[in-house]
Amino acid sequence: MKRREILAAGAGLALLALVRPATATPEEMAAAIKGFTGGAAPKEGKVAFDIAQLIDNGNAVPVTIKVDSPMSAADHVSAIAIFNEKNPHTEVAVFTLGARAGRAEVSTRIRLATSQRLIAIARMSDGSYWSKSVDVIVTLAACIEGEAP
Amino acid sequence: MARALIHMPATARRGEVIEIRALIGHPMETGYRPGADGKIVPRDIIRKFVCRYNGEQVFGAELHQAVSANPYIGFFTVATESGTLEFTWEGDNGFAQTEKMNLTVSAP
Amino acid sequence: MKRAVIAAAVICCVAVAALADERRSGAEFMGASTQAMQRDDTLNPGMLWVSGGELQWKTAAGASGKSCASCHGDAGKSMRGLAARFPAFDHVSKRTVNLNQRINMCRERRQQAPPLRAESEELLGLEAYVAMQSRGMPVAPPQDAGTRASAARGKQLYLQRMGQLNLSCAQCHDEQAGKRLAGSTIPQAHAAAYPIYRLEWQAMGSLQRRLRNCMSGVRAEIPGFGAQELVELEAWLAVRDKGMKMESPGVRP
Repeated sequence: MKRREILAAGAGLALLALVRPATATPEEMAAAIKGFTGGAAPKEGKVAFDIAQLIDNGNAVPVTIKVDSPMSAADHVSAIAIFNEKNPHTEVAVFTLGARAGRAEVSTRIRLATSQRLIAIARMSDGSYWSKSVDVIVTLAACIEGEAP
Repeated sequence: MARALIHMPATARRGEVIEIRALIGHPMETGYRPGADGKIVPRDIIRKFVCRYNGEQVFGAELHQAVSANPYIGFFTVATESGTLEFTWEGDNGFAQTEKMNLTVSAP
Repeated sequence: MKRAVIAAAVICCVAVAALADERRSGAEFMGASTQAMQRDDTLNPGMLWVSGGELQWKTAAGASGKSCASCHGDAGKSMRGLAARFPAFDHVSKRTVNLNQRINMCRERRQQAPPLRAESEELLGLEAYVAMQSRGMPVAPPQDAGTRASAARGKQLYLQRMGQLNLSCAQCHDEQAGKRLAGSTIPQAHAAAYPIYRLEWQAMGSLQRRLRNCMSGVRAEIPGFGAQELVELEAWLAVRDKGMKMESPGVRP
């Protein structure tokens, strides 16, 4: 259980008074990346991060991560992780692939609390790590409701 | 039972890489949002998604709060043999759902 | 000779009218990835509601033990073009109703089933499923006196300033369309994509839900779901959208 969750459980009522949850920090993102790579620094390259630069709504942002790999038994992507810098929680998703995937490409839709940097990291079967960072701008919707019906 | 939609071809040639798109209805409540009464709505998300092809896992995903509501996952797999692809979602509050799709694989 | 002159005049008028149509769907004001989400049924989150609606269409409801299909058969045939002709005046209740209200009227009168709650998953599912059967067809508001009278009242509402911000629909959506309100581009307020999956709601919603959001935006008093003023606004929007292509189920930011 994360230290932050234990502290949160203890703080209890005090947290309810917060208008907005704390955001993750660049340090937390770096720590999460290290957790995924076992301390190794990922190299820039091989990874393409498809995402709109100017985002219509931060609630559902389509992303596609593609990794340049033959996806053979000897040489393939075993996992792809996405991290963010300014959401309350730094991990977005971790996808487990393998040679049977055939193509190292995953798509999903993610939430972004604000304009920020994202990073996608691929773990290769030979133990190497490759990454790609993107910076995106998130706009807020106009004319919203008070409460959902 | 949440509504789920899986899009994938019904047939493929052996060795062909096929695309699978999985969509399921789920609020993916982050646990950060205050409700109408001002109290934080507790977290309620899908945490895990797995695709098994004739029993063997060919794709997996660990999801966190930053995945959008009604989560969409698109991925690929190699058509190896005819059989059943099983898609399982698991999450908070005992959420568990499985959908099955058949795939007929012919000679390349 | 006279016939040729008239023909030429008609052709000119039609050409001018075609050139002058500056109406643009809200889809044109959103980013490419959001457009792709609407265009592709395998990506459109609204299809979750459509699939629920399709199931409901075939499910018996109420004391009648009948499903929609019992009377209406294959929705692809019987509902084709229907949503494009709503809101419409109902002679039994003597008022103009939108598609949701019509679905609920069918439930009560024909199925002897209780009406579905506004914005419920079931009602939105049926609405989305029925509306999708008009996809690609032109909006065609009925021309009877009752519907036209509602649309006229709706037009007055559309032009009327409201709320603490004292803005009318027309001021943003006719005069300022294409310009920005905070980070968002103001669309022209065409309604042919409803019901929509609005990314802001992270769910499907009706046109009335969106109109109420607008009124919240200008800090006006918000009428309840089903209020006659909202239906009249919907009727006016259908007239304003006449000829534009139905897009339901739409996706919007």
